[in-house]
Amino acid sequence: MRESIGSNVRSHCVGTTAVVYASDYLNKLTGERIEHECKKQLDSGARALVIDFSDTELVNSIGISILLGIIDIAEKSGALVVFSDVNDKIVQLFDMLGLTLHVVLAKDEQEALSGLSSLLTQTRSIGH
Amino acid sequence: MESNTQKLVHSFGALADLGQEIADTGDFIEMVRTSLRLLLGTLAIRRGAIVECPAQLETTNPLVLWGLGNDYEARFLIDAATRDAFLTSDKGAFEVAEEGVVKEPALQSFLETHRPEYRVHLIELIVPMIVRGNLTGLVLLGGKASGKPFRSDDIEVIRAMVRHIGVGIHTHRLLAEVKHQADENRRLYFDLRGIYRDTVRAFAAAIDMKDKYTQGHSERVGKYSEIIARELGFGEEEVEGMAIAGYLHDIGKLVVERDIINAPYHIDAKQSSELNRHPAAGFEILSPIHHPYADIPLMARYHHERMDGHGYPDGLTGTQIPLGAKIVTVADSFDAMTTDRPYKTRRSFDEVIRDFRSNTGSQFDPVVVSAFCRALLKELNGETKERRFLKMLGKNYLNAEKDAPLIRKLLTELDPNTTATAAGSA
Repeated sequence: MRESIGSNVRSHCVGTTAVVYASDYLNKLTGERIEHECKKQLDSGARALVIDFSDTELVNSIGISILLGIIDIAEKSGALVVFSDVNDKIVQLFDMLGLTLHVVLAKDEQEALSGLSSLLTQTRSIGH
Repeated sequence: MESNTQKLVHSFGALADLGQEIADTGDFIEMVRTSLRLLLGTLAIRRGAIVECPAQLETTNPLVLWGLGNDYEARFLIDAATRDAFLTSDKGAFEVAEEGVVKEPALQSFLETHRPEYRVHLIELIVPMIVRGNLTGLVLLGGKASGKPFRSDDIEVIRAMVRHIGVGIHTHRLLAEVKHQADENRRLYFDLRGIYRDTVRAFAAAIDMKDKYTQGHSERVGKYSEIIARELGFGEEEVEGMAIAGYLHDIGKLVVERDIINAPYHIDAKQSSELNRHPAAGFEILSPIHHPYADIPLMARYHHERMDGHGYPDGLTGTQIPLGAKIVTVADSFDAMTTDRPYKTRRSFDEVIRDFRSNTGSQFDPVVVSAFCRALLKELNGETKERRFLKMLGKNYLNAEKDAPLIRKLLTELDPNTTATAAGSA
């Protein structure tokens, strides 16, 4: 498992899945750092992204726009996106805005990784 | 939290963030980019663009595009009729999917022309950005992440935010125009100052032409004055002003008989009195002119005043004499001593130093003489890039090995506390 805190964004990789940790307030500054980290992970070959919101209390409009951008980039790369450990208030916001139509929500990072692990195994088998 | 309330809170937060973003006068494109992303994030719209409609052009200028693909340019022709139609239409936003609902023929035609490309790039909504009755730009928006159509309250939120963004762009453009005007004025001002300087130099040459023995005197006094002013820590503009004062200090000689100026012998009292008119005459000549620098006429008037009050024309003493005039006095005297005159050849450097020593305090201000000596010493020590004294005095006049100690000694006598640090070590 590799771990890095480039641009103050904590992340690590589990196989071909990158786990990126969102900060307490997802705004322009912190959002762009996460966006940069996600792009970097996708460019390095990640086939799935888990964005962990366990520390996140608030997401503003630009944070939403940045998450949509990450979803777009991941879709174009054929990668899956999972949001883990999102608090109820933010889940409501994501639901209201339709983000949950484009990502999978997981209770926590562990659930996200195990769910992705089986999905990616299936995809690989289909690929063969 | 109820969904509607949550949506309101989210939208208000976005408006507050947008206000802050627009107030930021930094990077314009970054401001527009962030504004677009704030707008997109408010309703989770996946793609969009902001294009500008410059009043003087018929083609839009794309400012920021998001999620529309790298090949999309978002350039449209907007003729006067279309522009007017956007301004007068009672619709604040145009849905691409709605065909035949726009009344204005110019708008109908515009939307029909571009509908195919909007569909290709998944653009669903066109919102004109209108500021103070002018079409500032257009905002193109894709669909919402929810896949649901835009509701009327969505459109209201979008229009409010687009108005904000429009004001931001309009304000920025106004500021840019003001800055452009200011830059243009500054350029004109520098051009005028250049013309002024050239004119002054031409005058200086004209003054010196009258005196066949002192050609280049005014120009050299200008340069020495500039050197002293810089050594005294004057600002760049004041240094320039001192150079000008040096160039013009003898302008009053234009009214003095040429024979008196060029007399190859010591002039008599009457002639001397005639010659001594030149500082006051210079003041009279220079006073009606609006110089870009302060006190030029006064420096011409007082450049023959002395610290002890025995100078002319007004017999001022010490602090009554402006510092600029004292600088011109030293520069003028140094050039007079170091150039050949009708009645005597130039003095050697140690004679000049002796003159400074005996006349500082009575004729010259010690502060000015010190500054002059420090500047000269720096050049002799090789601390200056330009060899300005050497150029004016000729290469055989100064001898660093012999003259530098003389200067250092005089400096120590004038101001024993500051000499060592200000003029290089012995």
